[in-house]
Amino acid sequence: MEKGSEVYTAEEAGRLGREGITEPIVINLGPQHPSTHGVLRLITTLDGETVLKAQPDIGYLHRNWEKIVEGWQYPQIIPFADRNDYISAIFNEWLVCKSVEDALGIELDKRAEVLRTIFAELNRLISHQLWFGTYAMDIGAFTPFVYALRDREWGYALLEKATGARQLYAFFRIGGLRNDVPDGWIEELSQYLDYFEKEAYPQYVDLLTGNEIFIQRSEGVGVVSRDVALAFGATGPVLRGSGVPYDVRKAHPYGVYGEVEFEVPVGEHGDNLDRAMVRMKEMLESVKIIRQCVELLPEEGEVLTSRVPRVLKLPEGNYYTRLESPRGEVGLWVVSTGGLGPYRMKWRAPSFVNLQLLDHMARGEKVADLIAALGTIDIILGEVDR
Amino acid sequence: MLPLWLQWVLWGILKAVLVLLFVTVNAIILIWLERKVSGHIQNRIGPLRVGGPAGVLQSFADIIKLLAKEDFFPKRGDPWVWWLAPSVAFAPALMVFFVLPIGPHLVVQDMNVGLLFIVAITSFSVLSVFMAGWGSNDKYSLIGAMRAGAQLFSYELPMVLALVAVTLATGTLNISEIVARQQGMWLIFPQFLAFLVFYIGAIAELNRTPFDLGEAESELVAGYHTEYSGIRWAMFMLGEYTNLLTSSILVSLVFLGGWSGPLLPGWVWVLIKAYLLIFVAMWIRWTLPRVRIDQLMDLGWKFLLPLSLLNIALTGVYMAVMA
Repeated sequence: MEKGSEVYTAEEAGRLGREGITEPIVINLGPQHPSTHGVLRLITTLDGETVLKAQPDIGYLHRNWEKIVEGWQYPQIIPFADRNDYISAIFNEWLVCKSVEDALGIELDKRAEVLRTIFAELNRLISHQLWFGTYAMDIGAFTPFVYALRDREWGYALLEKATGARQLYAFFRIGGLRNDVPDGWIEELSQYLDYFEKEAYPQYVDLLTGNEIFIQRSEGVGVVSRDVALAFGATGPVLRGSGVPYDVRKAHPYGVYGEVEFEVPVGEHGDNLDRAMVRMKEMLESVKIIRQCVELLPEEGEVLTSRVPRVLKLPEGNYYTRLESPRGEVGLWVVSTGGLGPYRMKWRAPSFVNLQLLDHMARGEKVADLIAALGTIDIILGEVDR
Repeated sequence: MLPLWLQWVLWGILKAVLVLLFVTVNAIILIWLERKVSGHIQNRIGPLRVGGPAGVLQSFADIIKLLAKEDFFPKRGDPWVWWLAPSVAFAPALMVFFVLPIGPHLVVQDMNVGLLFIVAITSFSVLSVFMAGWGSNDKYSLIGAMRAGAQLFSYELPMVLALVAVTLATGTLNISEIVARQQGMWLIFPQFLAFLVFYIGAIAELNRTPFDLGEAESELVAGYHTEYSGIRWAMFMLGEYTNLLTSSILVSLVFLGGWSGPLLPGWVWVLIKAYLLIFVAMWIRWTLPRVRIDQLMDLGWKFLLPLSLLNIALTGVYMAVMA
């Protein structure tokens, strides 16, 4: 190996107080690596076990989403938007629908709004379950992953029954939903929630989050202070783990979030443990929200409102819409020139923004904690690269 | 009648073949068992639907697959070191078996210093890890080898000290003798601390979760054997499972009374106890997350080592008072 690589200079060595002690090595974690959650490449500089620098190199999953959708008609964009954050696709399609609905002032029927909220929270639950499994894998426990996938399967089956697809639904329409839920679906959903709350979740706690090794591995690792999290523009559980109670569902209510009661869990120190516990609590909050939504759900009502204009044209101007996805604030900025499709669309991906904190989290930690910190950011590469 | 030297040679070869057979058969059983145990712990079926009755043929299918794989050699690796490492991993695991009694008089060489021999031979496993890590010319392998080396070295010490207390209590290094001294009471009861230290150390020596840092797949892909595939990789696995078996048999001999037990023949009791310990090791592996390297070192040097020293002191005081 040649000495003095381009990512670690002598000046940096002096600043880090590691001059002349050992020779750092540069190691490429990824793009093909078991725990980079997709095709992320981390150019990592290590001094023995200690991380000196972790530089994410993204773009391996780039699909040119923003350029491709320019000039597409708005309803066409919905299925392609699904592919952004493919673990929680509901939020993507809701975002596209919501931006058009907000711009045109389309009011939805109550039933459609409640069902949308139910689907979103179910998807959030599934997404957090996957996070739980992969984070367990990142810190070396394999069994929680299998447990999480077992429970996620039922959730996916529920979504499949209603939408016809497991992961990429194309289910939301501008003005509502494609179809109503089938008979007995709400009852099965309630069964699933009972199962999750009474059986699955206590197992998660017993197996992983109550484990001493888990706590030792997560506590005080990858600390992001409140100010740093705000300065980086982090959102979602990463921001809330640092103690900022910002949640789009509370700050800018949409759907029926204004009518249901739920808490926004926040952390204290901004370490891996806080971020993990925020997500664990959010799973229970999602269950709570879905239960209240089931109570709120009106028997009658159009799921796809008839008040949608035949031709969807946004008036000239700029529009910004936001949602709280499992990963944070996902935003869509639309520039319209009054045509049938957008002149420009900008997708604010929470994973992309949160990923920038990785270097800050990992510096000075052990290489195993770099992977753990990456796990608590919970990135989806489809969304990072778009 | 054959000449004496020929008899001696043939007898030796027969013994070696028998030991090799025993080890290989057990390793195959262990691989199957690991699949089953992990499958049941993880709510999966495990190999039940494939591979014949209860999935017993799965292991044989694995062996055929591994033999048929491409023999890959990393570019710019160190060929000799690289080629030798799997053998060096397997050889000490096998050598330990020559002094390990499976039952009364069921031993290849009942050595007077059997315990010492085992301790000396098992230390060689560090060598293979280092050779694999260095010969692969791969940064993951190198980091894995460094980790595993530090880890094996740190846990060797408390393990040996735990055995020192055992030797103090029994007054012998001969394993058959140690078993004979436990007829009244198993050594696990008076020497519980030694058992604890030795068992934790053994799991760490075996590179199993929660101490599998040398092959931590979340950061190091596969650690020191990242570049190995096919039958060479299988040699590492074989060595690992043989080590699991030897440590478990050793623990059952030294702490759990060996072949003492009613009704069944002695060697059955040894295997029952050993397989119980193996099951516990698998249980731990499929339940716990992995510790971090600094926590691993802390546990070894700051907890297990003082504990084993304390145990020696307590044993010494007890022996002095009783004598």
